[in-house]
This record gives sequence, structure tokens and C-alpha cells, in this order.
Amino acid sequence: MLKLDKVSKTYKTGDKALHNACFEVPSGQVVGLIGPSGAGKSTLIRCINRLVEPSSGSITLGDTELTGLSRRELRRARRRIGMIFQEYALVERLTVMENVLSGRLGYMPAWRSYFRKFTGDDIALAFSLLDNVGLADHHNKRADALSGGQRQRVGIARALEQNPELLLVDEPTASLDPKTSRQIMRLIRSACQERNLPAIINIHDVLLAQQFSDRIIGLRAGEIVFDGPPDALTDDVLTTIYGDEDWTQLRGENGSGDQGEDASGVDLMESA
Amino acid sequence: MNHPSLNPQWQYRTPKQSLLRWFGWFWLVAFTVVCWQIMNENTIWAFVSDAPQQAADIGGRMFPPAWGYINNLWQPLWDTLNIATLGTLLGVLFAIPVAFMAATNTTPSVRFVRPLALLIIVSSRSINSLIWALLLVAIIGPGLLAGIVAIGLRSIGFVAKLLYEAIEEIDEKQVEAIRATGASGAQVIDYAVVPQILPAFWGISVFRWDINIRESTILGLVGAGGLGIQLNASLSTLAWNQVAMIFIVILGTVVISEWVSAKVRQAVL
Amino acid sequence: MPGKSTAHTYPRHWKRPPLLLTHPFWRKVILLGGLVYLILAIQTIEVDWQRVYLGLERGWRFVQGFLVPDFTSRWNDIYAGLLESLTMTVTSTVAGILVSVPIGIGAARNLAPAPVYLACRGIITVSRSFQEVIIAILLVAMFGFGPFAGFLTLAFATIGFLSKLLAEEIEDCDRSQIEAVRATGASWWQVVNYAVQPQVMPRLVGLSLYRFDINFRESAVIGIVGAGGIGATLNTAIDRYEYDSAGAVLIIIIAIVLVVEYSSSYIRRWVQ
Repeated sequence: MLKLDKVSKTYKTGDKALHNACFEVPSGQVVGLIGPSGAGKSTLIRCINRLVEPSSGSITLGDTELTGLSRRELRRARRRIGMIFQEYALVERLTVMENVLSGRLGYMPAWRSYFRKFTGDDIALAFSLLDNVGLADHHNKRADALSGGQRQRVGIARALEQNPELLLVDEPTASLDPKTSRQIMRLIRSACQERNLPAIINIHDVLLAQQFSDRIIGLRAGEIVFDGPPDALTDDVLTTIYGDEDWTQLRGENGSGDQGEDASGVDLMESA
Repeated sequence: MNHPSLNPQWQYRTPKQSLLRWFGWFWLVAFTVVCWQIMNENTIWAFVSDAPQQAADIGGRMFPPAWGYINNLWQPLWDTLNIATLGTLLGVLFAIPVAFMAATNTTPSVRFVRPLALLIIVSSRSINSLIWALLLVAIIGPGLLAGIVAIGLRSIGFVAKLLYEAIEEIDEKQVEAIRATGASGAQVIDYAVVPQILPAFWGISVFRWDINIRESTILGLVGAGGLGIQLNASLSTLAWNQVAMIFIVILGTVVISEWVSAKVRQAVL
Repeated sequence: MPGKSTAHTYPRHWKRPPLLLTHPFWRKVILLGGLVYLILAIQTIEVDWQRVYLGLERGWRFVQGFLVPDFTSRWNDIYAGLLESLTMTVTSTVAGILVSVPIGIGAARNLAPAPVYLACRGIITVSRSFQEVIIAILLVAMFGFGPFAGFLTLAFATIGFLSKLLAEEIEDCDRSQIEAVRATGASWWQVVNYAVQPQVMPRLVGLSLYRFDINFRESAVIGIVGAGGIGATLNTAIDRYEYDSAGAVLIIIIAIVLVVEYSSSYIRRWVQ
């Protein structure tokens, strides 16, 4: 379980990116985090694994208070938190297998990782995860030889290789086409369900967020302005989060410039 | 800037700009002329006008080159190669930590360690390998070792500068992703930084090796081993046909090393 | 569907495939060859350890001289050498640029006819193949001792450096811009002036400033073979074991290089 209590972040430039964020995420819950660009979505999830240092407040994962940890303890905490990135953030010049195995780095000393001496369990897990995400035969390819969707699958495998207790997902579909976006979201969702894994997914696409999450949190200018089930996301709420816009059109035309309307219809039924 | 007037007239530059421009050029020319005057205060123009005859004379003595002299050159050539290669290895070995200390994104301390690393880089870069050799020959005596260390000292700055620029240009997202897995500092460098700079590293090293071959041909002039020793001896006895032979060997070596370096760089990039 | 349902066992071993030299036989041959070369090369170093031991004391004196440099006792020599070096650098860089521009244009494949191209490339190759010091030796023999020979040396070396990089820059020019100007019916001169010049000018300024820096550093070297400049002063100081004066000269060189580098980055920003 993850608990955020009055988490705020003010950057050195004086930008208040996040203000008094409070919420709890129970096991197995997938939270969609929505809001306009610059609302602090990215800052929020980066505060949780302290890639961005929160200015105040406390964050607890299970029994661990993350905000007060020393550098060494932070490493131990980070390995319990898997992260999936916008534009994949794979190490382009390493093989797919090395990218997945890098999820184990927090569990081993540097000399072992330098010689790529991973344990048999790590390697077997990596192979099974690659099989799971549908990349069984690609393990010796270099990451930059893969397509966008394939790279994000490797990103997912890397995060799951950590055996995480929490998944942080930052704009996983930002540079993918609509069909691949759905596949990736479905993959993340089923991975969470199988493992009873809580996840926070920071996402631009409101429809995708509604389809694939159990709960939606809306951020505007660093403050949480909505927290509720996906169905409660009415046009009024969207206006509070994003400002005035004709939201009926978004729903009618399926906002993200989707070419395959039929396919998205199927998805809606599946998730319902 | 300028408000559109009723009768617009297109101009390449505003009058102020072009005035500034002409002023700049004028000073540049004037400055160059002054420098030329100062520089040539002690020039004996008789020698300069004499140069074509001198050139013809030297050229005449150079031909035909002393082909047989090449048998005295194999050993110095081998020494030259070794100075360049071992010197490059030595330089690269020290340049790697210096580069990591100098790059803003990997340095342990921006305030203390980085300035020190930058100082090492600029000192090494400012001082030519021949000057290093001059010093080292005076300190540890003539021979290959002085040459190798001289080449190494000069290479540190060159390699470290280009390498730290490469480190600063890496994709930080990949670093962030590895850090998020709970990797330690050493592991982040191993898994996220090194793979990104590896091609640049090989390219820079081979490029420096190519330059070092050229540099090591002359280190012998001050006693640091290699072809330069033969060159010095031939010059001091005015054996211009031997000098010509040495030039041919140097030219051949340089062309081959440039070819090798181009091939290797093609292969790694 | 991929999943956990199959009782598939995954391999527990994985070895990273080699990145370079993928052929196992050649890999071994090349690595072994490298090792043998290294052993042979290291054996050629003959070290007279006694001499080195004696030298350490001198080395220490040099370090002291560097830390406590003596600017005063040889100041007249240093001043004269410095003035020669600086004036040589200015004149040779300007002369070098003036000659490099036409040669650089001639050596660009997309602008010059074949015979001109070959001639210009020939000049560049000759200029680049020989170390400045070797050229200086020849020119000193022809023109006599002093900065005039040094000026010619540096100008000659500048030509090889600048023309080559300028030619490469021109060849990398955006072809569509050249075609667009050519399509207006522009003559060769107009193409160079309107399509090529704007594209390469910032780079030419940057390279010229960089070469100015190199020329100054080289001017400190060619003095050793009699081509004027501060190198002669340095050589004398080292020959006389006056390490404090030598240290002073080196510090001045480093300081000037720093100033030149700093101001050239400033000028570059100003020009662009």
C-alpha cells in the first residue's frame, strides 16, 4: 500500500509543481493520473521514488517511510518500485536481455553486474517476462533495433523484473499509435492484476485512462482537483481539470486521433 | 525593432549594423598589419628573397632520396609506433577518470573536483607533446620512456575533453531509468552511461592515436626516441637525401595510420 | 495467449553476445595479436632506473618551479618570445584563412570541377601529413631563423586544417537550398554567395577561432627548431635547468590558451 501525505514540491526556480498531495493506493489498484501538461503529474510520480526530491510531506510504501531514507536505504526502496517511462528510456545500445536484467541491479553488487553475472533465477525470470510480453525471440537484439511498441514491452519487462510492490508509469503511450497504446495499457493492467500490484499511471489520454484504471486522480496546477472512479469523470470535472472545452466532441470522436474506431469500440466493451 | 514606415524600403543591414561591421573589419586589418610589422622587425629580408635558391638547393640535394638508408629506419619506425600506441594507452587510461570528474552530470563535486579536472585538461592540452618531451628528457633522461610519457600526458587533455563533452551529451532519461531500478552510482555508470559513450570513446581514442603517430615522429628531435633521432642526425650532417628518405617513411606511416583510424572509426560508429 | 499457464521452463543461463568482432575465430586472433604486440612493445622500453631515480629529484625541482614560478629574472626573454608568438599567431591565422577559403571551396565535391577538386585535395593532404615541426625545419632552412619562417609554417598548417574542415562543411550543406538558388538562374558565384556562405559562415568563424588557439600552442613548439616565438625561450630555460623560468613560461602559455578559449566561445556566441 502506498500513502502520500501532504507532499509538495517547489523547484529551485520557484515553480510550485506540487501542492499538498494526499492520497492512498491499496494493493492491486490501478490509478490513472490525468491533468494538463505542466500540472505536476510527472513530478508527482517522480517524488514517490525520489528521482525528484519532494520539498515536504511524507510518502510511505508498506512500512517504509520513503522520504527520510539515506542513499543506501533509498536504493533498497527503489528496487521495490518498478517504473515505466515515456519514450521507453531503454539503454539503446544494450541488448534487450541486458535491459530487462538491469531491473535486478538494486539486488546485486556492482562487480557482479559489471561481469553480467546474474543468478539463474534472474535470468529465468527475464526469459519468462520477455515471453509474457511477446518478445521471446528478441532477447539478443539491441534495444535500438526494436519498434516503439516492442521497446515499451521491454520497458514493462524491466520494471516487472524488479518484482516490484508498486508500479509507476509515466506517459507509457505518449509516442505510440492508438492500437499499440491499447495493447500496452492492457499489458500493464493484466500484469497488475496477476500480481495484485498497485500502479499509478500518468497519462494524457482521458479515454485510455478511463478504460484501463480503477480510479482517476486529476491534477491541476499542482493540486489534486478530482479523485474518484472513472465513471464520475463528467464533463464538468474535465472542465475543472483542463479548463473549458467542448468535451462531448472528445467522447464522440474518440479524441486521440484514432484511425480504427471499430477497434476502440471493442476495447470499451472489454474493459466494461 | 523598426516600425514599418509608410514607404518601406528593404535594406540588407541597418546603417548602424553596417557601420559596426566595417569598423570591426577595419580593426582586424589594422591589427594584423601592426602584428606583421612587429613580427618582422628582425627579419632579414635578404634571407627571405634568397629562399627560392635555398629551396632549389635543398631540393636538389634531396633527390634522389637515399633509398638504402631505409634499413637504418626500421628500428626507429618500430619505436615510433610503440611510442604512439603505448602513449595513447597511457593517456586514455588517465583520461577516463578525469573525464568522469569533469562532466557536470557525473562529477562527484561540481565545486571542488570539477575545476581540478578542468585544470588538468587545460594544462595537458596547452602544452604540446614536444614540450612535454623536452621536460621529460631533462628529468628522466633520453629514450622511449620519455616519449611515451610525453605522448600520454598530452593525450590526457585531448581525450578527456572530448570524452567529457560526450558524457555531458548523453540521454539523461536512460540514466534516470537505471537509477529508478535501485542501481548504485557505479552500476548507473556501467549500465546507462558507458553504453552511450562507448562509440565516442573508441572514435576519440583511435583519432588521438592517429595524431600521436604524427607527433611521435618528431619527438626524437629532443631525444625522446623514434624516427626523430635519425632526422636530427641527418639534419645536423646536412644529409638531405637521408632526410628525404625519412620524410617518405613518415608520409607512408601517416597515410597508413590515417587509413586504419578511419576504418576503425567506421566500424565502431 | 502467452501467460503462466504453460509449464514452460526457461533457460537459467545467458551470455551477452560480443558487440564487436562477432566472428569467434577472428575475435581470438585479434585479441591474441593485440596481446602479443603489447608484450613486444613494452619490451622495447629500456629504462635506466638509476637515471630515473636521479631524475626524480630534478622532476621535483620542476614541480617546485611550476608552483613558485620566476617571472622576473628572464622577463625580457619571455616578453620578446611572447610578442613573437602572439604576432605570429595573428598573422599566420589571418593569412591561413585567406588562402583556406578558396582552397576549401575548391575541395568541395559539390561545387568544384574534378581537376580543381583533385588539386585542392592534394594541397590539403600534403599540408596535413607533416607535423608542423618538420615543416618548420624545412622553412627555417630556406628562410633563415626567426618568426617569418614560423609565420609561414603556421599559415601552411592552417591551410590543411581549415580547408579540409571547410570543404567537409560545404559538402554537408543542405542540397535543397543550393538547388533552390540554382533554380533561380543564379551563377556559380551567386550560388556560393547566397546558398553556401550563409550555411557555413558560423562554422568557419568557429573553426578559425579554434585554429587561432592551435596556432598559438604550436607557436610555442616551433621555436624549439628556430622558427621564433616563446618555444626558443622555453628551450633555453630547460637547457639551463632553470625550471622556475620554464614553469613561468608554461603558466603563461596555459593562461593565454585559457583566455583565448574563453573569449572565442564568447565571440562565437556573439557572431551567431
